[in-house]
Amino acid sequence: MTTSGSAVVTLPSDTQIRMTREFAAPRHLVYQAWTTPEHIRRWWHAKRGEVTLVEVDLRVGGRWRFVMIADRGFEVGFHGVYREIVPNERIVSTEVYEGMPDGEAVNTITFTEVNGRTTLTILTQHSCKEHRDAHINSGMEAGMQDAMDLMEQVAVELGRTV
Amino acid sequence: MARAATTTDAFNAVAEPRRRRILDLLAGGERPVNDLVQRLRMAQPQVSKHLRVLREVGLVEVREDGRQRLYRLNDEPLKPIHEWLKKYEQAWNHRFEALDEVLEELKGKETGDHGNDD
Repeated sequence: MTTSGSAVVTLPSDTQIRMTREFAAPRHLVYQAWTTPEHIRRWWHAKRGEVTLVEVDLRVGGRWRFVMIADRGFEVGFHGVYREIVPNERIVSTEVYEGMPDGEAVNTITFTEVNGRTTLTILTQHSCKEHRDAHINSGMEAGMQDAMDLMEQVAVELGRTV
Repeated sequence: MARAATTTDAFNAVAEPRRRRILDLLAGGERPVNDLVQRLRMAQPQVSKHLRVLREVGLVEVREDGRQRLYRLNDEPLKPIHEWLKKYEQAWNHRFEALDEVLEELKGKETGDHGNDD
């Protein structure tokens, strides 16, 4: 059975995004799928386009860059630098959404295994709320003009209140 | 971009952590003010102030019951916020579903080769 439920996204503070997801696999495999270019190409597209570039220099100070061409024709790129690597356990890296190059975030990714299942947690720390909100928007289809108005404003731990 | 007034918009209204706590409490059902004051351990005027903001954006509704004012949640104005975050979540759900497939394959390969080396 591969279905592991859906991701839970919360906004613990104005500058953070936290996401968790459980996988029906041991953590060394989740880690491998998360960090190996040939595997990343197969999942990072989010069914919204085609991954055109995956560079992973998996060592402290090493750089990563992912680029995809979205189905709507535009290019979406992210890059960053690895700051901390504990194989199968934890990766800390910076992340820049190339559509908004001033907004560098820091991602802390943890892999926790219980009974052969792995919980992946991604905590993204932005330097300010506008960048956090822009990041959320970068993961969405364009066309939500409203979203731009919302960027100044807030959000919530939605999972709990809606 | 001009900042929207706190009282005109659900997004700003829920930016305040204590107002979110009020919404959490009201999510469990209708409550009188006194009950909220007790549970929040805040002074009544403060609670009333937050309730007023929440009422102005339509997140809570109030009715009189004898001498009590009872507050209840109306989550309709939260929907745009939810929708906003939902799209982000959706993109990641697609990623994770694709990752599930990759993992199934890796698991298959691993049991084919040798045991779990973790």
